[in-house]
Amino acid sequence: MKTMLIAFAATAVISVGAWYALDLIGFSAAEQGTGAAVRLDD
Amino acid sequence: MFRSFLALLLTVTLMMPVAAQDAETPAPVDRSATGGAQTLEDILARQRGEQIDDSFRSDAIGNPDNAAGMNDPLGTLGGTSDSEIYRALRYGTADVTVSSRGPAAEVLIQDAGMGWVQFREGPLLTYGGYLLLATLGLLTLFYVLRGRIRIDGPKTGRTITRFKAVERFGHWLLAGSFILLGITGLVSLFGRVAFIPLFGHEAFAVIATACKWIHNNVAWAFMLGLVMVFVMWVLHNIPNRTDLKWLAVGGGLFSKDVHPPAKKFNAGQKMIFWSVVLLGVSISLSGLSLLFPFEMPMFAKTFAILNDTGLPQLVGLGTLPEVMAPHEEMQYAQLWHSIVAFVFMAIILAHIYIGSVGMEGAFDAMGSGEVEEQWAKEHHGLWVEEVKAKEQEKLSASATPAE
Repeated sequence: MKTMLIAFAATAVISVGAWYALDLIGFSAAEQGTGAAVRLDD
Repeated sequence: MFRSFLALLLTVTLMMPVAAQDAETPAPVDRSATGGAQTLEDILARQRGEQIDDSFRSDAIGNPDNAAGMNDPLGTLGGTSDSEIYRALRYGTADVTVSSRGPAAEVLIQDAGMGWVQFREGPLLTYGGYLLLATLGLLTLFYVLRGRIRIDGPKTGRTITRFKAVERFGHWLLAGSFILLGITGLVSLFGRVAFIPLFGHEAFAVIATACKWIHNNVAWAFMLGLVMVFVMWVLHNIPNRTDLKWLAVGGGLFSKDVHPPAKKFNAGQKMIFWSVVLLGVSISLSGLSLLFPFEMPMFAKTFAILNDTGLPQLVGLGTLPEVMAPHEEMQYAQLWHSIVAFVFMAIILAHIYIGSVGMEGAFDAMGSGEVEEQWAKEHHGLWVEEVKAKEQEKLSASATPAE
């Protein structure tokens, strides 16, 4: 059962890591789909 | 063989709406009474859901060269009316220039979107929902009729290691992420019909946003788990002659005291394995296409390959579209992703059932990794013999004095 819980924890870590990494390298939908001139948060 | 099967599956599943459209050959309509514009018959046919030849509209996009000279009466109106401009936008023939980046930015009206919405809100939800309910119903019926499959022989009290920690980790990485993806996917798909009436728009907006985040990011754990499981177990899942014996008696699932021989994985588990691998790869590819919108279009290329095989033409679907708008690519990806997901969930429901309440001792294999020896003998007799032989070899080697 311990392995199962570790795998579930790994799922959470991978998910947050993927979200952070993709955001960091600028692969968000906002970065890919819009020009800087039409983004309000820049 | 595999390619043909995949092509057939893709063709039949995806092209049902196209088949329906092809079957309804549009009849020529006399539009002289309306000066070439649409007639009452056109409107009624569209309301009946019939496919009509709308070239009389798609071709009516005006001509700037027909504009009156600037100094002539009404010369400032140009040669194209507002209706003609909108028709050109709708049929993708307008010359559009936008400041936003991306291939989809130039598509201002995407006509095929209505067909996608109707399929998504209609047959996809209806038949997908029925498939899951029918699977749950069948499993309940099986449980009522067969009961829990018990260990027939006397328990030995000894255990045997069925799966190592790394194998269980890969399995649970895949399983845990799959369950999260399944639940969040169903919430996203059924939200409008099932959750908004229950919770209201505001509450569902929060739920949907959370589900979208989970679905998009947990997908990476699913793909990693899929790769792990494939690498660790592919050699054990190559079909062999023993599987035929297992299949011949239905794996002993339907009768007591029947235990066909099986190695590490029996034929039923092999079917689950290959289903997971094939559906998992397919759903991952369409998922990646959705995750990075317009970056990984696949369907125009897939249809081109299918057309080359001649299968769509063979089953009467005609030539599949090989050129489509960027949005249409995404719509096909979404539909395919959902169809595969429903089939995948139905199969995994059966897997969860037999690995938990359906069979005594089965959960231990993935829970602690240690299974009752009698259980292992009954369900994986040949594997137990292999394990015992290896243990014996090790014992003999350690007992032999070094020279």
